[in-house]
Amino acid sequence: MTGGVTRAEYCVMACAEAWRGDGEVLAAPMGAVPRIGARLAKLTFAPELMLTDGEAMIVGGDPEAVEGWLPYRAHLGLVTGGRRHVMMGASQLDRHGNQNISCIGDWKRPVRQLLGVRGAPVNTLNHPTSYWVPRHSRRVFVERVDMVCGVGHDRVAAATPAAARFHDLRCVVTDLAVLDFATPDRTLRVRSLHPGVTADAVREATGFPLDIADDVPCTREPTPAELRLIREVIDPEGAREREVPS
Amino acid sequence: MTAEEAVGRIRSGMTVGIGGWGSRRKPMALVRALLRSGVGDLTVVSFGGPDVGLLAAAGKIRRLVTAFATLDSIPLEPHFRAARERGEIELTELDEAMMMWGLTAAVHRLPFLPVRAGLGSDVMTVNPGLRTVTSPYEDGEELVAVPALRLDVALVHLNRADARGNGQYLGPDPYFDDLFCEAAAEAYLSCERVVATAEFAGAGGPQTLLVKRHAVTGVIEAPGGAHFTSCVPDYGRDEAFQGAYAKAAADPEAWREFTRRFLSGDEERYRAAVAAFGREGA
Repeated sequence: MTGGVTRAEYCVMACAEAWRGDGEVLAAPMGAVPRIGARLAKLTFAPELMLTDGEAMIVGGDPEAVEGWLPYRAHLGLVTGGRRHVMMGASQLDRHGNQNISCIGDWKRPVRQLLGVRGAPVNTLNHPTSYWVPRHSRRVFVERVDMVCGVGHDRVAAATPAAARFHDLRCVVTDLAVLDFATPDRTLRVRSLHPGVTADAVREATGFPLDIADDVPCTREPTPAELRLIREVIDPEGAREREVPS
Repeated sequence: MTAEEAVGRIRSGMTVGIGGWGSRRKPMALVRALLRSGVGDLTVVSFGGPDVGLLAAAGKIRRLVTAFATLDSIPLEPHFRAARERGEIELTELDEAMMMWGLTAAVHRLPFLPVRAGLGSDVMTVNPGLRTVTSPYEDGEELVAVPALRLDVALVHLNRADARGNGQYLGPDPYFDDLFCEAAAEAYLSCERVVATAEFAGAGGPQTLLVKRHAVTGVIEAPGGAHFTSCVPDYGRDEAFQGAYAKAAADPEAWREFTRRFLSGDEERYRAAVAAFGREGA
């Protein structure tokens, strides 16, 4: 059953790993692959995770069973209370972990208006934050983001101490690799390469110099049980393959 | 009162808060009435959806105060995007939590409320007027002082209301509609159905009674008044119509045709045109 593991399935599993050890917090995934990953984590090694239906309900072990109510304003309370780990998207991300989902170009008159800052500032200053990038490219991994929505390590260091108090950037999962900030200067490094991806391919797709250790490991294999859950229980329609085509 | 009477109380240059969230339970009939009015030069405060898009397309927004604009099932609001890229609207871009606390400060008649959100981000850069405040207690934390978002007028849409302005929501989320009403000098509440006060109890528990009459200036009965956004459980989002809206918004000629067909008459004509559109798709 482990034969023919797709790139999307490695991504799902790597996203699931982001929530390992978090305990009883709300896993807040943005995007199809992180959503599948969060369910996978909950159904395997992190059963205490809380998940929502994407709107106002907290759903329990049985996805149909509502176990709690979380309308937007209560959700914001949960964010600032810190019992949450979000995995957001990023239109741009720099080596310090600054993230942009607002606009491309000059903010005063953007070349391309995107979503807006949304909850990225409140998320990044209050609880663990990870990122999901379905297409690792130089357009996303830039030297400097055009608008800092999610706050990176350099910007936190330059701000008042209250900014750093609960700031906690965890990992960045892309279609090529898993990255984190476990370097002395808290900048991005590659934690693992997905099987079949070379270090050069990741360097080539990144818009700033990226250190990749010679002995960088491969992203681990999903277990047969994990693959079965992904393929038969959580995502039988294959939404993951539409986000990360094989 | 009618939507026209409510909108008739709004003057150019006012600050108007619009309830709902994204493409969910927006007071669209009131927004459509605003489109038909001569009012412009507005400062709009909204968790943005097609309300923002329609008003931006009509050139009625001078300044927008928001954290985002989205159609939910279609991630980016096309008219908002176009207006920004053409440099047509000024923007006060705040984090979602800052929006909530700004409205809450106004409700409580406070000049500001402290939040952690915003520190270190470009929200501070693009809003040079934002200030921080230092805790007088031993922690000494320096936080963002979100100014009160005081509104001249609030427009919200709920499932039910009585004639005196008590409003009931029956869906899964109140959004921030009570805050909008209480943060405003005048609030206009449209609803799917005006009911006798005694009917509230049968429709839902006491916690569904979201908006109180003291915070409401006028009630407008507007069945389908959130269309094409969702108004659960009365109806879900009209995805087919929203898709047509977004498609038309991408092309000036198509948008003129959309405007001619759906937005050039009164609410009754809008509903008839939407019904005809629905029959085409069936």
